[in-house]
Amino acid sequence: MPKFMPFAGTMLKNLFSKPVTTSYPEKPAVYPERSRGHVEIAVDQCIMCGLCSRNCPPRAITVDRAAGTWTINRFDCVQCGYCTEVCPKKCLTIIPGYQTPGTEKKEAVYHKPAPEKKEEA
Amino acid sequence: MASKKSVVPFGPQHPVLPEPIHLDLVLDDEKVVEAIPSIGFVHRGLESLVKKKDFKEMQYVVERTCGICSFMHGMTYCETIEHIMDVEVPVRGRYLRTIWCEMSRLHSHMLWLGLLADAFGFESLFYQCWRMREQILDMFEASTGGRVIFSVNAPGGVLKDMPSDMLHAFVEKLDGFETELHKIADIFLNDYTVLTRLKGVGILTPEEAHDLGAAGPMLRASGIARDTRKLGYAAYGDLDFDIITSDDCDSFARCDVRIREMYQSIQLIKQAVDKIPEGDIAVPVKGNPEGEYFMRVEQPRGEAIYYAKGNGTKFLERIRIRTPTFANIPALLKTLKGCQLSDVPLLILTIDPCISCTER
Repeated sequence: MPKFMPFAGTMLKNLFSKPVTTSYPEKPAVYPERSRGHVEIAVDQCIMCGLCSRNCPPRAITVDRAAGTWTINRFDCVQCGYCTEVCPKKCLTIIPGYQTPGTEKKEAVYHKPAPEKKEEA
Repeated sequence: MASKKSVVPFGPQHPVLPEPIHLDLVLDDEKVVEAIPSIGFVHRGLESLVKKKDFKEMQYVVERTCGICSFMHGMTYCETIEHIMDVEVPVRGRYLRTIWCEMSRLHSHMLWLGLLADAFGFESLFYQCWRMREQILDMFEASTGGRVIFSVNAPGGVLKDMPSDMLHAFVEKLDGFETELHKIADIFLNDYTVLTRLKGVGILTPEEAHDLGAAGPMLRASGIARDTRKLGYAAYGDLDFDIITSDDCDSFARCDVRIREMYQSIQLIKQAVDKIPEGDIAVPVKGNPEGEYFMRVEQPRGEAIYYAKGNGTKFLERIRIRTPTFANIPALLKTLKGCQLSDVPLLILTIDPCISCTER
């Protein structure tokens, strides 16, 4: 038997209830712990093996072993997390917080600190 | 005197349809005599990327075929590779895949219900459906880290585990979702105005559905009990469920089948959470695929077919994806014949079109 206006109750309730959405910049967004926002590197632990660069599906990472730099083009990165899977030292992590918009495609360069020279005994 | 026929172009840009399909509707007065489709507006050439991406990277390409059944595309691809390489995925990994698959079905059907409400002009119902869908997306984000693209599949298993407290929290959330679904379903299945738009519109007889190769809810709404989940991929072999069908063969039947499938999905997730064993979630995969395999899987929209052929190198030789929307287009054209012009957007929606994944 068809019903007439079964939605009226929901609509009346909606009139007097708060919106489901939050007013974003005013109230900051809360991301879950596992949210894939961007790739972070603990560059001092990096051994410059270049596995992340070779396996990155959009080829966003470049590793320069001679110069000791690890570079990521954050605008090319698709946050798939494959680099964190292949990293042998597990120094790559993917953490919440999305890439902010920009007007030009800048690369983020990380320099590996020079190893401290051991003092001769 | 023979009446003069006119041709109305419909799409690829149309307010009711965000999907780029073009139809030339041959009209006799307001009645559609014939519909001539043309597709190919968003071809991206994903399949040919196998030449540039190795078989492990390809997973991340394949799951971008579709924004709704992203998880199922990734899973099917990985299962195809696993069959070629004779890799046995741990039982827990297979259960996790099943849970994510059913969550995908829930949010896909919820999205479809919203779009259907939008197609017949029920804006507030549309927003209610999408508000509910958001709960499932939040669950996806909490468990996989992504709302649309999940990146949790890999040949050999899954990359992320769901701890037991997370699974039970999800079951609790699904209980709340089910209560809300009862209210929403009541409107779709019983509201007078909704029924006038859906009942008896777009009849597709069981013979036609079979002959035209319809798939998924479109086929099951015509009374044919065919569900690829019964083949037992992932952990479906261990779960107990019936194939949902309807004998009405019209748009209302398609809506009814999808709503009942959502209740079934919730039950399947609960069953899987009860039965999921402890253990590993993935096994390491060594070597390169050599051989070929066909894989069939039941996506929210119907049956998808994957074919992959490896030649012993890390690059696959060929990958072929056939998506359910492609299978449903002939059936759509059949239902369009003889309908009113005002029912065309609604009928296109009842096949749950995903043209972007059809064209890949």
